[in-house]
Amino acid sequence: MKSLSFDAAVIGAGAAGMAAALELEKRGFKTAIIEREEEAGGILLQCIHNGFGLIEFNEELTGPEFAERFTGQLAGSKISLFCNTTVVSIDNGSENKELLCYSASHGIMKLSAKAVVLAMGCRERNRGNIRIPGDRPAGVFTAGLAQRLVNIEGYLPGREIVIIGSGDIGLIMARRMNWSGCKVHGVVEIQPYPSGLARNIVQCLNDFNIPLYISHQTMRIIGRKRVEGVEIAPIENGALATEKAFVIPCDTVLMSVGLVPENELSKESGIRLDSVTGGPELNSMLMTKADGVFACGNVVHVHDLVDYVVEEARRAGAFAAGWLEGERPGFELRVKAGANIRYISPGSLDVERENRLYFRSLVVKNNAVLELRLGGELIKTIKAGHVQPSEMIKLDLESEELARARQMTDPVLEVSLGDRQP
Amino acid sequence: MKKELTCIICPLGCTLIAETDSQGNIFISGNRCPRGMDYAREELMEPKRTLTATVEVKGQEAFSHSRRLPVRSTQPVPIELTRELLAELYSIKIDLPVKIGQPIIKNWKDTGIDIVSSRSLAN
Repeated sequence: MKSLSFDAAVIGAGAAGMAAALELEKRGFKTAIIEREEEAGGILLQCIHNGFGLIEFNEELTGPEFAERFTGQLAGSKISLFCNTTVVSIDNGSENKELLCYSASHGIMKLSAKAVVLAMGCRERNRGNIRIPGDRPAGVFTAGLAQRLVNIEGYLPGREIVIIGSGDIGLIMARRMNWSGCKVHGVVEIQPYPSGLARNIVQCLNDFNIPLYISHQTMRIIGRKRVEGVEIAPIENGALATEKAFVIPCDTVLMSVGLVPENELSKESGIRLDSVTGGPELNSMLMTKADGVFACGNVVHVHDLVDYVVEEARRAGAFAAGWLEGERPGFELRVKAGANIRYISPGSLDVERENRLYFRSLVVKNNAVLELRLGGELIKTIKAGHVQPSEMIKLDLESEELARARQMTDPVLEVSLGDRQP
Repeated sequence: MKKELTCIICPLGCTLIAETDSQGNIFISGNRCPRGMDYAREELMEPKRTLTATVEVKGQEAFSHSRRLPVRSTQPVPIELTRELLAELYSIKIDLPVKIGQPIIKNWKDTGIDIVSSRSLAN
């Protein structure tokens, strides 16, 4: 068995993995990236539409263009990239972590490193996750799988399409299927509002007169061998109006019903996960509960924009570099999601440095105000404007604002969303 | 005449109000940046969209990761021309290697619109 040794190993060569690895390499560490696909780039490569990079590059790029900004840097660096290679376990028992890898080109390989960065991204929720009843015919795809088939492999999953869920990938695929000569008969959303961005409703549905059925639940998928239709019913005053159910005939169903961090490997390796996000619990250095194992990007929590993923990954890479130089977490202040907040990442702050928090609201609110409570006492309020669950909120905190926590035993910073005082 | 639009220039998605007076002057409000103003005017006069698609790569095996080459328009395409442009793109077969930004169609039908490759693809 081949054995290799590095300062740092990054798992996944998507946007997060590449950005973290480049940061480690910049700080002079011998870095490897392990990628299970045959090339670096991750999910960006199948997102051929534009809209990426407005924050990172101040221009609007397609997914492949955004990826190539990083794969280009990777090619010019000393980073070792192992493609077609899957990490099956991480042994983090000692200072030197050992990654067991299976590879088409390298056989079984053991890779050791003092720091590991998890950057495996996320996966799609599927029919089983949301328990759609009915038949089990061919023709039911997740939207992202359909995207890969159409944009990379050059196959159409079907001709007459119904999309369940109004996430952005589903909306983007509605337009793509239409542009590929298919007919999209509707997008079905259980919530009373679409979960994708307004711009995607306009340019992916309205441009093609595709109906959006909000407040509609999918009753069943119909078809013995191949999908023949989807039965849906409206939700009225909180109850399913089954007497108003109707069938939309189609031969293909695409599901765009959310994403979950991809953490089978983390779980197998005994890394503790957060029950709300499904990602690893992190401290102020973006380090998991396993010493020397860091995480960034969609493996931690699902981000709105790849630009945010890259920003977080750079910090994770820098923290991993700091760890290799001997830096250790300082005085950690636990962070708690208070009223109207779904989750906060990371789960603790370092009171001696500047910290960045990402979090999500549970509610749609105008004129929202963020309230920070330290040890139960209100220390700061910040105007947050319009908030909604589909938009991540970012908060930077200075060390001076948190200094008082040092005098407390087991201090907690609680972040909640309230209304602006009149 | 009053019309409500959703700006699609960036992910903010401002709600724009376009009002036309009796002389045909257009007044735009609700935009949070100047680009929203331009978008609303164009959306009323001649709506355009950036077009992204893929073209066939010659001689690739089934399930190869390079059977399709992603391409984009260098500028937004008038909506009523997108079908025609797509049909032309779907008839193209391209040889590898291709570099990012390489023109696939130049100045399509004298519109000034170029179609370029949005990734590099080796042999």
